[in-house]
Amino acid sequence: MSAGVPTSERAAAPSGDTLVTVEDLRVHFPITSGVVLQRKVGAVQAVDGLDFRIMRGETLGLVGESGCGKSTTGRAILQLIRPTTGRVLYEGGDLAHLAGKRLRQQRKRMQMIFQDPYASLNGRMTIADIIGEPLLVHRMGTRRERKAKVRELLETVGINPNTLNRYPHEFSGGQRQRIGIARALAVEPNFIVCDEPISALDVSIRAQIINLLQKLQREFGLTYLFIAHDLSVVRHISDRVAVMYLGRIVELAENAELYETPMHPYTQALLSAVPIPDPAAEELRRPVVLTGDVPSPVDPPSGCRFHTRCPAAKPGLCDVEDPKLTEVRPGHYAACHLISATDYPHIRAGEDDLAVVAETPPEAGETP
Amino acid sequence: MTDERDHDARRRRRESELTPETEMGLAPAGATAGAEIASAAGAAGWSPDALLVEHRSLWGEIWRRLLRDKFAILGLVIIAVLVFIAVFAPWIAPHDPTQQYSEGLTMQGMPVGSNSEFWLGTDPLGRDMLSRLMYGARVSLTVGVLANGFALVLGVIFGLTAGYFRGWIETLLMRMTDVMMAFPIFLFAIALSTAINKTSIWVLVLVIGIVYWTPMTRVIHGEVLSIREKEFVDAARLTGCTSPRILFRHILPHLVAPIIVYTSLGIATTILFESTLSYIGLGVQPPTPSWGQMISEGQPYYLSAPHLVLYPGLCIMITVLAFNLVGDGLRDAFDPRQRRK
Repeated sequence: MSAGVPTSERAAAPSGDTLVTVEDLRVHFPITSGVVLQRKVGAVQAVDGLDFRIMRGETLGLVGESGCGKSTTGRAILQLIRPTTGRVLYEGGDLAHLAGKRLRQQRKRMQMIFQDPYASLNGRMTIADIIGEPLLVHRMGTRRERKAKVRELLETVGINPNTLNRYPHEFSGGQRQRIGIARALAVEPNFIVCDEPISALDVSIRAQIINLLQKLQREFGLTYLFIAHDLSVVRHISDRVAVMYLGRIVELAENAELYETPMHPYTQALLSAVPIPDPAAEELRRPVVLTGDVPSPVDPPSGCRFHTRCPAAKPGLCDVEDPKLTEVRPGHYAACHLISATDYPHIRAGEDDLAVVAETPPEAGETP
Repeated sequence: MTDERDHDARRRRRESELTPETEMGLAPAGATAGAEIASAAGAAGWSPDALLVEHRSLWGEIWRRLLRDKFAILGLVIIAVLVFIAVFAPWIAPHDPTQQYSEGLTMQGMPVGSNSEFWLGTDPLGRDMLSRLMYGARVSLTVGVLANGFALVLGVIFGLTAGYFRGWIETLLMRMTDVMMAFPIFLFAIALSTAINKTSIWVLVLVIGIVYWTPMTRVIHGEVLSIREKEFVDAARLTGCTSPRILFRHILPHLVAPIIVYTSLGIATTILFESTLSYIGLGVQPPTPSWGQMISEGQPYYLSAPHLVLYPGLCIMITVLAFNLVGDGLRDAFDPRQRRK
């Protein structure tokens, strides 16, 4: 969706109305050297040119390996980390250039649920203070109304409201995450970034939190950016999914489309690594094992960032030219040179080595 | 997990018994808090006592935990006694601390040991040791607490500012700290008190405070650097907190433990430093007694009259120990993870 490519709204949720637009978002962390006079000697290009939209009421899943920049993306959208360049439009207004009071006002409308429920709650504050603080700083309601609201929020997330004078350490991880969710809901936001909200939780609790998030989305009409590295969770909760690799989005499509016909070789490799809970099918599963490590974001590869590990990479093309994120099918975006209107690389792990077969996707006949 | 299920069960019970309005917790504005609690408790079958237990304040809880620590109590008792002695020295001291008693010296002009008139003996000028020690507690405690408090305030302000705002202000403040620490602080203190050219307790407080803010600054700076990266600080910023609020409501409370530990150690150091300055004549001027000055005056007699050095030394040691015991106890008490049910 960068400047040259016409944007399409066809991948939108039924309401079809854009809530958040991210344009050419870049977050580079400078690397400095020198003790007194610090010179910039390089930059970690954590996020390097993202363009996407989040539709009102949808859940956009954001997946990728550790260190690919997905958490940085979430934080940059909320301006917790200031973007190096690019714009983040919330309901049409640019957040990247807001500061001080005006930014704080905007923050009533977007919140975050954090990964670590132990680090994200201030251990020196009671639950009532933690959840009531957003109301207090935005001067919402009287003392009594705020207290009532805190109790209501605790009820909403399934915590006994009479525990509001306790401290976070008196709660379990799942309960703490519920408290974090209650805090995020306190200012009645429209948009919530869920930054791996279940990764730190016990497996037995995860489903409860996912169900709670879905319930809240229905009740309050929330829009989620759901960041995770667990593909099955993202599949369960998302309407659309974006796959990130080394600071870029490599593929973005509707949920079913992405999981059934992944077009980018990286997505295909990622999906092939997910175990199938069916012994017969699992027996036949041939994971594509990518060789090598993720390259350093300090010095990303030329051309397509994935070409160093891509089983289908074409020398002379992929290592030279940077592929743009293009709409290859209605609502299905991918950044790969090898995808044409009728073809996309279909990689499969053979018995011995990786075989790359170009196949015509069954439904691709509609494109000219 | 049983806990969570328990809550769910209770919640369901409440839902079946409460009207939607009360369920939302939106009690009418006229209702008293007591009635609100009572109705909630009554409907769900909770006893009001269970609610009261939860209304403990953090400080009350810390105080309760501190009182469970025997050594901390010992330290508190010693400090209380010292403070009592310091405050009421003019009324409880058996003699005038500056009066030179002729019966306080032997025929050879040597100080006398303990006797019924001078309980802890006399000093080389025939003054009563016990009275001097009592008055010395005034100087030591005042200078120790105030100088350390001054150093603490400077250290916290500089450390917080440097650690939270980073950037050039951090470079400036922390390099300044490095320079201060590289400087021989003793010479610095001498130069400073010579420049001020006055000797009083307040000058001592000022000099020691200016000399001793550096360790606290470093400790606070390091702690702030780690705390500011915690997710709850991000969460606070996201909820719309301003920087001062984040600093004082979210970061400062996490610094209480290191502040208290370093204060307790710092009081010990400042008391010693005050003694040293008094020893070289830059501290409290004679005839006002201070413990450090008494040690230096007794030093030539340490073989013939060891009590001259022993008693003020013991006073310093006991005081330092008491502050350390209380500091340790407070540190444990402040850690909410150690709270017992």
